[in-house]
Parts: sequence; C-alpha cells; structure tokens
Amino acid sequence: MVFSGCSRVMLSRLALSAGLLTFLALPAQALENQLTVVTSFPKDLTNEFKQAFEKKYPDIKVEMLKKKTTAGVKYIQETVSNNTSDLFWASAPDAFEVLKEDGLLEKYTVKATGIPDVVGSYPINDPDGYYKGFAASGYGMMWNTRYLKAKKIPAPKEWNDLAKAVYHGHTGMSAPSRSGTTHLTVETILQGENWDNGWKLMKEIAGNFSTVTERSFGVPDGVNSGQFGVGIVIDFFGLSSQASGFPVEFIYPTVTTLVPANIAIIKNSPHPEAAAAFIEYLLSEEGQVMLLDPKIRRLPVRPETYSQAPDDFPNPFTDQSIGAKVQFDVLKSKSRYNLVNAMFDVMITYRLDDLRKATKAVQDAEEAMGDKNNAQAAALIAEAKALIAQLPIDEAQSLDKDFAGIFKKKRKKATDKVTGRQAEVEQKWDAMVKKNYAKATELAKKAKAML
Amino acid sequence: MPRFRTSYLVAASLAFFLLIFLVVPVGKVIYVAFQDSSTGAFTLVNFVDFFKTSLFRESFFNSLYVAGMSVLGATIFAVPLAYFTTRFNFGGSILIQTLGIIPLIMPPFVGAVAMQLFFGTNGSVNLLLDQWFGINIPFMKGLNGVILVESIHYFPFILINLSAALNNIDRSMEEAAQNLGSSGMSLFRKIVFPLAMPGYLAGAALVFLKAFDDLGTPLLLNVNNMLAPQAYLRITSIGISDPMGYVISVILVVFSLFALWGSMLASKGKDYSGGGKGTSGLLKRDLHGWEKFGAYCLVIFLLLLVLSPHISLVLLSLGTIWSYSVLPDGYTFAHYAEVFGTTREYITNTLLYAGLAAGFDVVFSVAIAYIVLRTKVIGRQWLDYIATGALAIPGVVLGIGYLRTFNDFNVPIIDKPLASWWVIIVIALAIRRLPYALRACVAALHQVSISLEEASENLGAGKTTTVRKITVPLMAGGIVAGFVTSFATAAVELSATLMLVTSESDAPLAYGIYVFMQSASGRGPGAALGLIAVVVVAVGSYLAHHFIERNKRMQMSATGN
Repeated sequence: MVFSGCSRVMLSRLALSAGLLTFLALPAQALENQLTVVTSFPKDLTNEFKQAFEKKYPDIKVEMLKKKTTAGVKYIQETVSNNTSDLFWASAPDAFEVLKEDGLLEKYTVKATGIPDVVGSYPINDPDGYYKGFAASGYGMMWNTRYLKAKKIPAPKEWNDLAKAVYHGHTGMSAPSRSGTTHLTVETILQGENWDNGWKLMKEIAGNFSTVTERSFGVPDGVNSGQFGVGIVIDFFGLSSQASGFPVEFIYPTVTTLVPANIAIIKNSPHPEAAAAFIEYLLSEEGQVMLLDPKIRRLPVRPETYSQAPDDFPNPFTDQSIGAKVQFDVLKSKSRYNLVNAMFDVMITYRLDDLRKATKAVQDAEEAMGDKNNAQAAALIAEAKALIAQLPIDEAQSLDKDFAGIFKKKRKKATDKVTGRQAEVEQKWDAMVKKNYAKATELAKKAKAML
Repeated sequence: MPRFRTSYLVAASLAFFLLIFLVVPVGKVIYVAFQDSSTGAFTLVNFVDFFKTSLFRESFFNSLYVAGMSVLGATIFAVPLAYFTTRFNFGGSILIQTLGIIPLIMPPFVGAVAMQLFFGTNGSVNLLLDQWFGINIPFMKGLNGVILVESIHYFPFILINLSAALNNIDRSMEEAAQNLGSSGMSLFRKIVFPLAMPGYLAGAALVFLKAFDDLGTPLLLNVNNMLAPQAYLRITSIGISDPMGYVISVILVVFSLFALWGSMLASKGKDYSGGGKGTSGLLKRDLHGWEKFGAYCLVIFLLLLVLSPHISLVLLSLGTIWSYSVLPDGYTFAHYAEVFGTTREYITNTLLYAGLAAGFDVVFSVAIAYIVLRTKVIGRQWLDYIATGALAIPGVVLGIGYLRTFNDFNVPIIDKPLASWWVIIVIALAIRRLPYALRACVAALHQVSISLEEASENLGAGKTTTVRKITVPLMAGGIVAGFVTSFATAAVELSATLMLVTSESDAPLAYGIYVFMQSASGRGPGAALGLIAVVVVAVGSYLAHHFIERNKRMQMSATGN
C-alpha cells in the first residue's frame, strides 16, 4: 500500500511535468491560473483588490507577497534568474526606477483610456512605459490633538510653521533615503523654493525634529502613540489613523506635493496575461472607485471617479492648490536622486543631535533678543544661522553628472570607471557640517549672553 | 585509527555545512567591501575610509560602550534571579525561570510600540512622573535608552546560562568546602562563583556580542550613530551601491570574533569541571521570615521591571485606543477576534520552523563543542569562530545571500528553487541562532569532567557510546538552555524571514505581525498576534524546563541521591 501510494505521487508528478511541457507549447492565457504580486502596501488595500479581482477572474488565484519596498526590490533583483513574481506594486517611484535601470521590468501599454498624463504637476506614468501610476497621494502634516493640548502648542498650518521655536522637539519625519515618497517631498521643496532656500527651510524644520524615523510608517506610528506631536506624512497615513480612532488630525498645507503610487510587470513574468489583466482592472472605473474606500483612501488617477467621492475628498484635477504650484522637473530629480538622499542623511539624520543643539541655541538667542536693539548680537545670530544653512555643494554641482555619479555608481561592465568614492565625499561633508553646527551653537550662546 | 577518522569526518561535514550556508552566501554579498568600486580590483581602501570618517569612529565607540554597559545592566537583572531560584527552595522557581526568558521574545514592531507607550518620552511612566513630580526621565532616548532596552531584552542569556551552570555544580564540592569550614560569602566567592563562571561568561559574551551587533533596538529608538544601524541603513537604501554598509558588516564580524577570542582567553587554563556525576546540583537552602520576604520582593520587583514591555503589550492587544495617556481608553477582545482566523497557519509554521531550527542548533552545537574541547582536530577552533560569527551578520545580508546563492539551485523532486522552499527559512533561522545554542553547549561541556568519559572508555565503551550515554546526558542543562534561547529568538525573527518568504502559506508569526503593523488600524491585531507568539514560546520553554527538572529528579532518585 505504502509503495503504491508512493508511486501514485510519482505518477502525479510525472503528469505535472508533462503538463508543464504542454503548458509551454500552448497559448498562455488558457492556463494562467495564478498571479504573484510583490507589494509593500498594507493589507487593507491588497485584500480588497485581491478579493475583487478573484471574483471577476475566478480562475486566477492571487498571491500577495508583502515585503518592505527595499526588501521587495532586492528580492526581485536576486530572483531574476528563476523569477516567480509577476507584478511589483508599491508607492516609491525610485524603487521602480532602480528595477527599470536593471532591466527587470517589462514594458506594457495600458489599454484603458481616459487617464490624463499628469496629476498635479507630476507625470502619472513612466515616460518610457515601464511602470504605471494608479493613484496619487498628497503630503501634509498630522498631529496628535491630546499632545498639542497638553503641551499647549498650536496646530500647524504651513510648512514654515514647523520651523518655529514652539515646535522644538515635537516633530518628526522619515528620511528621504528610507522612503521614496519622503524623497519626493524634499525634492519638491528644493525645486519650489530653490536649492539654497529649500535646504535652509528643510534644516530649520529638521532642527526641531524629535526624531528621524527609519521607516515612513514610523511617523504616523509615533504621532498616534503620542511619542511626538506633529509628523510630516502622506495623507492616507494621517486620515486612516483618524479613521481608526486615534486622536489625530491632518491637513494639507497650501503648497502640497503629490506623489504617485505605481505598478509594473516584472521581466519574464510567468503569468503576463494575468498581470496585464490586474493592471487593467486597477485602472478601470471599477478598480479606481475602490481607492475611495476610507480604509484605502488614495486619490484616483481617473478624473471622473471623483464624482463618486464624498464632498470633502480632495480632487487634484480641479483643485489647483494640490500639487500644482511647483513645476516638478522629473529629470532634475532623477539625476541627483541619491545625492540628495546622502546630503540629507549627512546634514540631518546622522547629525540630528548637533543640528538640534545649534537650532535650540539660535532660538534661545532670538527669544532673548525680542525687540531689543543689539547690532552685535544680531550679527552673531545671523552668522550662526548662516553656518547652519551652509551647504557643502551648490546646485550646479548637484546637477553635475560626474559628481552625482559618485552616489549612483553601479558598474555594469568591468571596464566602467567611476572616480571618487561616496565615503570620501561624505566624510568631507560630515567634517564641515559638524564644525559648522558646533560653531553656530557657540556663536548663538555668545549672542544670548550679550542680551 | 577509526576514532581519529570519525572526528575528522564530523568536523569536515560541519565545516562543509557552514561553508555552504554561511560563508559562501555571506561572502557573495559582502565581497564588495574589498572591491575598488571604480575598477573592481581588490582593495582595502574602503577600510581606510571607514577609519578616516569621524561618524564611523564615533559609531564604533558608541557600539562598544553600549555593549559593555549592557553586560553590566543584564548582570544586575540576571544574577539575583538566577541565584535565588537555584540556591534556595524557592516557590515558583520554574515559573520565575520561564518568565525570565520572556524578555527575549520581543515580537518585531509591536514590541517597540509597547515599549514606547510605557517608557517613552510621553509613555505611561513619564506621564505619571510628570503628573506627580513634574519631571520627565528620558529612558528611551539616546545611548542610555539603547543600554536599558538591550539589558532588559538580553539579560535572559545570562539568566539561562548561569542557572544551568549553577544547577550543574557538583554538590560534593560544596560539601567539601563546608566540611572544611567555609560558608556564606566566602563559600560563594571561592566555590560557587568560580564554578559557575563558564555559564556566566557564556551568557555575558552573548549579551556583549548581541548588544554590539544588534540592529533592532537602535532602530526602534532611532539612534543612528552605532555600527549596526549604520550598516543596515546603508545596505537597505534603494539604489545606493556604496560599499560602506558591507565594510561595516565585515568590521562587525571581525570585532565580534575578537571579543569572543578574548572571552575564551579569560577562561583558558582553568578547570571548571566537577568530578562527580554532575546531576546533583547545589544544596538548596530554605529561606526564613524576613529573608524570604526580602528575596521575594527583589525577585518580584525585577520581574515587573523586565516584563513591563510585555505587560504593556497585553494592554496594547486589549486596548481600543492608546495615545498619550497612562492607560488605553477602553478594552476589547476585538483584536483577538480579528487575528483568530489567520493565526493557526502562522502558529504551526512558527512552531515548525523555530522548533526545527533550534533542534538542529543543539545537535550542531554539541558536535562543535565536542570537536573543539575534546578532540585534537587541526583548526577546530575555527568551527566555533565561524559559527559564532553568524551573530554579527545582519539578517538582511544573510537573506540576500541565500537568494543570490540558492535561487538557481532547484531542489530535486519538488522542482522548486531552494531559495523559495520553506526549508531555506529554517536553515536561515538555524544559522542565525546557532551562536546562542553553541555558547550554551560549550559552557556545559566545560563543566563536564573528562575523567568520567575516560572512565567510561576504560570500562570498554566505545567513543560513540560514551558520548551518547555519558557526555550528552551530563550536558543536558546546557543543551536545554541552548534550545530554549534558540527557539525563543527564532520564533520572532523577521529580517531574514521577510526576505525569504515566498508565499503567505509559508509565513511565520513575525511576518503576520509585520503585515498588520503596516497600517494604523493594525496596531491592536498586531499586538494580539505578538502576544500569541510570546505565549506560544513561553509555554514551549516552560515545558522544556519542566521536562529537565523532572528528568533530573528521576535521575537523582535512580542514583539514590
């Protein structure tokens, strides 16, 4: 009996292999009964789409493989030779760019019509046709109402508010190197305010940070617990926290940035037909309406879907204040992507304590100054502020291809050559930044002593 | 020379396994540390960069400081618990030992949230302190926060290993000392303490290495200026191919091995073994009146302190909303109802993976410990070094290494890449937790007197029989300690698992927690799932303790002790 059981297993395996052989010979769609999606989205979103899609295509079984964006990218890169995944579904456009550059995505032309080219000022789809935007999200601020009430802090309205002394030690954000969407926010500020002023504002805001979180969800998590009061977050983090009952509120500042969420077919996908069907479903009227669900809550890319949205739902296609003010230059952003991340980490993430100390000293000096007239102290404060704001490189250098290349090098061939090492550059920046922050602290303290 | 050949054969197969599942995959990832990124040639320039960068130098010293202080903190927590439960007739010893292991089981993400809600700047403790005294103590800020959390999290390493060692001290030694007039502190200092040393050192070495290499705690507190987070942040940033992350990994490994070598030197040339049967354990004394009261107060205080994150986790899993308040707003069972449907598969997978990995770890550890301490195989120390080196490898590096190495290798019969078969998760867990079991087993073998084995062989037993009937039973305490630590920590591992899970049906509990903790509404259910993980592992550990205690009693009565 045992023996015959074994042989039955063997037989079925043989049959399976035979099936595989015929599978290769037949047209694909007849046999596509599976779809593997590598995704970083929460299960509130993936489960809804999985169920709806499986209902519409009962033959296809969807496997949602949840991985952090970074883990997802590495997973796809490492499994390329024996690929079993069909779709990559995540927010961060940079993750898709990396996969595209490695030749790991398949081009796909969307059949659905009626989707505009841009949302806000950000292009919805990859111009080269590899990945597609299916939803957008705006950046804003969320705060814990209990926290602000207990500490008697006003609710913020605009980005600049967060640079004020009253928020010192009460705010948080993720690092652009950790979260592609955070990167887009930083880059939008740099493009909207220009390089020097943008970084200046960014550092003034960062000088008040209680923490720079390691993952983007760490920000809503921290605000929800009351670990810090105000967080710079993507809209659905704030609004879904509110919907889950946390005592938090969210607003878009007048200048907000829009970031898309994307999907792409992976190269050599074992089920390309099913993958295409999923993309079409996502972009169809039916799929887009699902984005309005309060637990999912993302901005659809199909303008007519908004007619079914609740009244207070923001519509980037009619409301010009959302994401339209800044003309976002994608190529500029792309060319200095890693460089901006590295600068943020060196100047802010890794030297947060020093930056915070310098900012506090300046804020104290300014408070002591009040309406007093003391030119010498004012000069010291101005000097301290300039030292904090000082940048290791100017905008021209950030756009210099060779220089930006140091942060991006990936030798495709053994003959490729890149000069300079990231560590070498960062070490120079770090030395300068550390010295400046220390000096600024000293100057500001000196100014305060005079008042 | 059959005996000679067997030990070489065993050593060779152990080495082969470590080579395939540790050295090669990790090497395939971190070789870039030795590569000139512009030409691809071999270079050490990246290491020069490391030592030239002030941020890295600072990180190095911070990690060192944190590791040292954590050993101190963990010792303060562990020694009283171990001492009272093994030296005295103390009601609830097994319960205390089991509860003492729980801090080791810190479920990913939810453990962090629970801890912040309790000890954080605006956590329960600080809100109360502020209300009563108007003060705020930054428990969870900066390096001191890391030290506190590491001490609480890893003190069970010392507790488990020290208890095993104390239980293993030969009673005749103590009796001899007493007969010669020694008692009280002097007995402790001259007999108990030195004889328990291998166990303490094994635990302390683990705490030191773990605190030095640990990633989770600094990340949870957003402390970046330490080596492990610096390596991790650089390795996992999308699209950056800067080799510094891997350089730091190499430095972590090298330094960890150096520290291990140091701790081995400290115990070298000393004989810790008892001459007796090793099954007796210390003479247990009764506590009276105030003594008893004081001891219980101390033990309960320590337990409350080290279990506070888990008490907070219970509240989190039962609470409706908990935000900027001392306690949750209300209580509900809804979170448990929500996870109920999905957990069965997660639990079975977790028990299967962690159980297999820990079982494998103890077998492997006994073999390595035996080869290292009892044979003359050339280069035997390297087995120990390499296996322990796994401690310093970030889980994500091992995960990437496995994908890179085993994705093209199709397992026969099931015809699937080894990298996407669930067995690879077990291997990854086993490799990552091997150092824990290994230190426990090495310490246990240190306490077994070689003369007992020699006697067995003189009486005609073969080497295999001796190992099976004498050595392994005498090491039992250490083996269980090793199993429990490996099992408990493997059950909540996430970083390598997240890289290697290829289908939801193969996923363990830690993955389920991750999935919940991606959205605001998932915090309660995530905590419920985390608590289930803790309970499952705690029950497993309790059973293991119970089993060993019963075994010991049976042995004692059998030998007429």
